[in-house]
Amino acid sequence: MKLPPLQYVRASSVSEAVDLLVQGAGDARILAGGQSLIPVLAFRLAAPAVLVDIGGIADLKRIDITDETVTLGALVRWVDIERSTALKAHMPLLPAVMAHVAHYQIRNRGTVGGSLAHCDPAAEMPGLAVTCDGTIILEGASGRREAPAVEVLTGALAAEIAEDEMIVALRFPRWRPERRWGFAEFARRQGDFAMAGIVAHFDQDADGVARDVHIGVIGATDRPTRLPGAEAALEGRIPDAMTIRDACRAVQDEVEPPEDIHASAAYRRALAGVMANQALRQAAGLPAAANGQ
Amino acid sequence: MDEIDITLTVNGTAHILSVSPRTTLADALRQGLGLTGTHVGCEHGVCGACTVIVDGAAMRSCLMLAAQAERHAITTVEGLGRPEALGPLQAAFRKHHALQCGFCTPGFLTTLHALLTEEPDADAERIREVVSGNLCRCTGYVAIIEAALEARAAYGHQEAEAC
Ligand SMILES: Cc1cc2nc3c(=O)[nH]c(=O)nc-3n(C[C@H](O)[C@H](O)[C@H](O)COP(=O)(O)OP(=O)(O)OC[C@H]3O[C@@H](n4cnc5c(N)ncnc54)[C@H](O)[C@@H]3O)c2cc1C
Ligand code: FES
Ligand code: FES
Repeated sequence: MKLPPLQYVRASSVSEAVDLLVQGAGDARILAGGQSLIPVLAFRLAAPAVLVDIGGIADLKRIDITDETVTLGALVRWVDIERSTALKAHMPLLPAVMAHVAHYQIRNRGTVGGSLAHCDPAAEMPGLAVTCDGTIILEGASGRREAPAVEVLTGALAAEIAEDEMIVALRFPRWRPERRWGFAEFARRQGDFAMAGIVAHFDQDADGVARDVHIGVIGATDRPTRLPGAEAALEGRIPDAMTIRDACRAVQDEVEPPEDIHASAAYRRALAGVMANQALRQAAGLPAAANGQ
Repeated sequence: MDEIDITLTVNGTAHILSVSPRTTLADALRQGLGLTGTHVGCEHGVCGACTVIVDGAAMRSCLMLAAQAERHAITTVEGLGRPEALGPLQAAFRKHHALQCGFCTPGFLTTLHALLTEEPDADAERIREVVSGNLCRCTGYVAIIEAALEARAAYGHQEAEAC
């Protein structure tokens, strides 16, 4: 369908964008890559009076890596992450996951800030933000604030962002160089949203014992979430095939999958376990299980 | 809503267009400039028929406002060759029967042109992954992949020495 009538304004800075949101009084929306917002408008699921295009704000396009942090500006696109040699060296999980996000053409426009604000429970970046201790940096009429990603990404298509606020960046704590990581998701077709996906990382001490285990799920819950039971099953143990199997059982016990036209809850639950096995075996450096289990 | 003026370059020619702010780039190209080679299938980003090249990168023109193309350089399928002088991908598509009804074809050509310009050595797996974002209901994709592989030579791909 054609888009509903609307007004279009360009913001040249974050403060100008915030001013425009304030003037819009709840009826203005940020336009970043448009890869989720324009479909939403085309389906007439929303009809804001004004779109505030932030695409020209150069400050929001930066990837900054310091000794302590890795920060992605709100306008960093999937393709920028996919190709970033700095990220490949310092947080290789991020570029590796990008191959699963949408399609080639969409990766040339879709952005970090747009994905977090849209907050699709099956989207990859919200899952990474929650699993890898991400902090979302927002700016609004009352100034700048920071919040852990889990406190912002609280429900399907319902991020906790005020009407006069926008996301400026997503910040991760810097990774240890030897960190082990894995990612697996299943979608019906390449580039579709995941029916279930697992993000995992941990460190290993000198004895090979897994420490600081992070396991998060997308697609099989109403929001991206970490799975403390599965993390506990691996924490302090050597990640061999048996231990990983225990962690996968914990994943299946813990997820609360939605039921929809694409899959039953039982199917998604089983799938989350299979994806956990793949992601954790990848992280542990074990060969992929022959039968997908 | 009031119309807005946008300046953009399409296939090497600068244009100034007056559009309603809600106009997508796809509609501006088709209705504003008469470039109907860019096809509109789904209008919500899933089919890829509307793909154009913006500053060298393939993008869905139904998921961009015309206003977002301000000061950008667009290449549409019309910019890839002429009927009497087909571009290398177009010639390869014709040779390999990589189109039947042709509805999807402009999106495949623009996508593959952007890909091979950046990655002339893209292999069959990479090409298949990239065109997964374009729906074709007729060909079954096999001939499209073959055509793209052959067209790579024109983009600078060197065949590995056969031994
Ligand atoms: C066919 C198709 C398949 C897709 N598959 C996937 C997939 O597999 N995985 C995946 O993760 N995504 C997928 N996407 C979505 C895509 O990645 C989007 O680009 C992304 O979710 C939103 O980013 P955007 O920059 O395009 O945001 P926009 O569409 O511009 O905005 C989305 C929402 O976020 C708000 N917003 C944008 N930027 C900000 C900001 N800085 N601060 C506050 N609010 C903001 C907007 O107001 C809007 O509500 C798919 C999209 C399509 C069309
Ligand atoms: S018309 Fe743009 S993707 Fe289908
Ligand atoms: S040739 Fe008919 S849809 Fe592709």
